[in-house]
Amino acid sequence: MREPELVQGNEACARGALYAGCRFFAGYPITPSSEIMEYLAREMPKVGGICLQMEDEIASISAVIGASWGGAKAMTATSGPGFSLMQESIGYAAITETPCVIVDAQRWSPSTGQPTKAAQGDVMQARWGTHGDHPIIVLTASWVREVFEMTVHAFNFAEKYRVPVILLLDEVLAHLRENVILPEPGELEVISRQRPERLEDFQPFANEMMLNFGEGGHIMVTGMAHDEMGFPTQGQKAAEQLKRIVSKIERRAEELALYRAHYLDDAEAVIISYGITSRAVEAAVELMRAQGLAVGFLDLKTLWPFPEKLIRSWTEGVQYVLVPELNLGQLVREVERAVGGRAPVEHLGRVDGYLITPQEICQRVQERLGVNHGVRSS
Amino acid sequence: MATKQIQLSGAGGQGLVLAGVILAEAAMRDGKNVAVAQSYGPEARLGASKAEVIISTEKIAYPQVTRPDILLCLSQDAFAKYFPAVDNHALVVIDSTQVHMKSRERDNIIQLPLLRAAVEHVGNKLVTNIVALGALNALTGLVSWENLERAVAQRTPAKFRDQNLRALAVGRQLAQHILTNQTKEVDLWQQQQRPNGKAS
Repeated sequence: MREPELVQGNEACARGALYAGCRFFAGYPITPSSEIMEYLAREMPKVGGICLQMEDEIASISAVIGASWGGAKAMTATSGPGFSLMQESIGYAAITETPCVIVDAQRWSPSTGQPTKAAQGDVMQARWGTHGDHPIIVLTASWVREVFEMTVHAFNFAEKYRVPVILLLDEVLAHLRENVILPEPGELEVISRQRPERLEDFQPFANEMMLNFGEGGHIMVTGMAHDEMGFPTQGQKAAEQLKRIVSKIERRAEELALYRAHYLDDAEAVIISYGITSRAVEAAVELMRAQGLAVGFLDLKTLWPFPEKLIRSWTEGVQYVLVPELNLGQLVREVERAVGGRAPVEHLGRVDGYLITPQEICQRVQERLGVNHGVRSS
Repeated sequence: MATKQIQLSGAGGQGLVLAGVILAEAAMRDGKNVAVAQSYGPEARLGASKAEVIISTEKIAYPQVTRPDILLCLSQDAFAKYFPAVDNHALVVIDSTQVHMKSRERDNIIQLPLLRAAVEHVGNKLVTNIVALGALNALTGLVSWENLERAVAQRTPAKFRDQNLRALAVGRQLAQHILTNQTKEVDLWQQQQRPNGKAS
């Protein structure tokens, strides 16, 4: 058996990227994501890739988009302030159907905020940060090993569907170190963009087939509404193209839904969470199960497209749904919409820079289930 | 041991995160599950800094310390901030060179002159974190000495490896004094007076 190693969340992200075949990284270091770039600055050249420090985050995402069209699997990593700067170009990546991965290690609230405090406040920005209707996939992770796996999934989805994929981490997970045995080559599937069989009549914006610049196909890439050949268009053709790029993701919501479900079969109360908060939820559910309470959890890895059917089926017939998150209420609204009034849905938020604890979760669930057990700290 | 929660606190630049990583790595090699979380302010150095280490024979779901079993304080600010939150079962180790208590605040506090030992016995105050690790491990037996030495050797710069290994031994000796004399306070300088009789 292989020996475990002590790996930090950010390092797991960087190593996952290399595993997935990422050979281009451009970024502007920012806490709490900096170690991703530090690692890649050292390791990327060893595998023949390129790691560039750009002048800012706008240049970083732009370089990533260019590199992707040049044929590289490409990634950038940032935190809130940089993520905001990248939004316009994320829209460009979406409309030009450019495979790329954007990692956002979330920190506390807008602007400079608290660079070293964790938050989950970018959930809506990750979906709707750039203007207009657009396709996007947003993944998240809760464990160091999962950061590695989700980074690989992010590249796979980006390449398979020609779409920007956002990986939301947070300050605690980004800096957390755990003993892990990371996947060996061949253990996880690695997917690359699909290539057309013929160059001559290739249409670069008709489907998920992609040719890179310089390979002989006719390619024109523009952020303007464009037809299958990339030429500017309007009216019905623009509508068709927009619907195509949005639906290629939305109609696959179920196959894109990655999650962990535990103790749900007989659950009277379901806790739905994601990211680092799922660690507190798991600890809380174990404590409550030990007391005989029928509580289960759904730990979402795919946030967008929102796994609506999954939520609906797992909350069927339950008495209570709790959505803890490190913000003032973001994903809870989507959960509410999916549950559709069939059970009360409550939010448990925290924005003081600290994680929600298992005890807070136990207390809330016990109150709502009308149980008055004292819960020992773990 | 099922689970031990350890807080290593002090100021930015004292190497508390590194100490946490070394401790966790040793525990991992001992076959335990580990999680090291860090907490620090926006400053590049100074400001409060804390590493939280969880060592467990079980799966570690929640990765942060909820009830410390061991608290190390290398600065007055860290002591003021974290000590009030620990309960009586916890072992508290403070660096008596850097933390001054108004009175004997609680029985569970062990005072060791960690920084002073680093300076006097290793000749480098930067190894205070490793002196602290040596002392903590002697007091608690958290990890095997073999794996702790190995982790120190691997996680510290080659140029300072010998100093760091020496620091680990110095910390271990400091704490041995506590264990053999059943006291809560170590005044290294009374035991090892200089030839001229002054405690330097």
